[in-house]
Amino acid sequence: MSDSNPPRPYADPYIAGVALGLVLLAAFVVVGRGLGASGAFASVAASTVDAVSSTSARSNGFFADHLDGGGPLRDWLVVELLGVFVGAWASAKLAGRLRATVERGPRTSVSGRLLAAGAGGAVMGVGAVLARGCTSGQALTGGALLSVGSWLFIAAAFAAAYVVAILRRGAWS
Amino acid sequence: MTAPFSEFGMLGPRGVLVAGFVIGVAFGACLERAGLGSARKLMGQFNLKDLAVFKVMFSAIVTAMLGLFWLSKLGVLDISRVYLPETFLIPQLVGGAIFGIGFALAGLCPGTSCVAAATGRGDGLAAMIGMLAGVLAMGAALPTFQRFFTSTARGGFTIPSALGVSEGVVVLGIVAIAVAGFAIAPRIERHAARARE
Repeated sequence: MSDSNPPRPYADPYIAGVALGLVLLAAFVVVGRGLGASGAFASVAASTVDAVSSTSARSNGFFADHLDGGGPLRDWLVVELLGVFVGAWASAKLAGRLRATVERGPRTSVSGRLLAAGAGGAVMGVGAVLARGCTSGQALTGGALLSVGSWLFIAAAFAAAYVVAILRRGAWS
Repeated sequence: MTAPFSEFGMLGPRGVLVAGFVIGVAFGACLERAGLGSARKLMGQFNLKDLAVFKVMFSAIVTAMLGLFWLSKLGVLDISRVYLPETFLIPQLVGGAIFGIGFALAGLCPGTSCVAAATGRGDGLAAMIGMLAGVLAMGAALPTFQRFFTSTARGGFTIPSALGVSEGVVVLGIVAIAVAGFAIAPRIERHAARARE
């Protein structure tokens, strides 16, 4: 069984990066759009609001856009992110890397790590709504398309991340 | 001119969804293979010990960018029918900075938090739940920020048109920056490792 063997090391970053670039290029060629992740979260959020109260979902421009403004592309994003789950799981399974764990620094508690991850997720959600995308939809996709807004997003996101990482230096070591 | 396939009637709505799933599987597998489902690995980018995020992201961007450039030059791909994200200068700068704060707190981004969760990591799931909460809250609050949200709109705005130079010059410039980054990355990693010993 692969699970009993030690996990295999990760791939060379340049080989993985070129493969990722070819997947992104395939998305452009086949469906005329790039990759995304935060858009699927927006779709799920909009559907959740719609299920609770359709009137409040329809009266909010952002949620309304993600309910019907996107048309079939809205479903596309959700289906694509489901694929990400399946692909990541299968890849880790084949490499013996499936482990139920909470990854954290040696001096961080499990609850502290889960709190940081949850809070970080929430802050990213706010930023991704304002920026109209995340590392997938803006940085990778818009980056390859030479979009000015996407390159501004990359610069601002990495600059801010370095500041936070320096302030929280003890979290991972 | 035959691509994008969906724009030239070679792929119906159902085909688009199937393609989306297949592309997603490949996307998730690439991120997992690169180790980007691991928050510890991602944080290596920010303590400079392991610049895998930069290497993966920039080799991906350069690969896709060169592919788009040449496929469109050869007349295979109609780039005007590829969806270009719209630019909103200030909201994307501010949103990017807020996003970056969350990125470093979580050690994961939205896509990689899904990879982390799918491979058994509870912190990935926590980041996903937080992400959904953040999008819900900001989405609900967005009417309040509507003027800011739609300010400094530039539509589909590319670096070549902003700088008034040809696309080839920008492509070459980004390739040069990436190659220079790849060349100095091992030196930065060695220096960071030594500084912490």
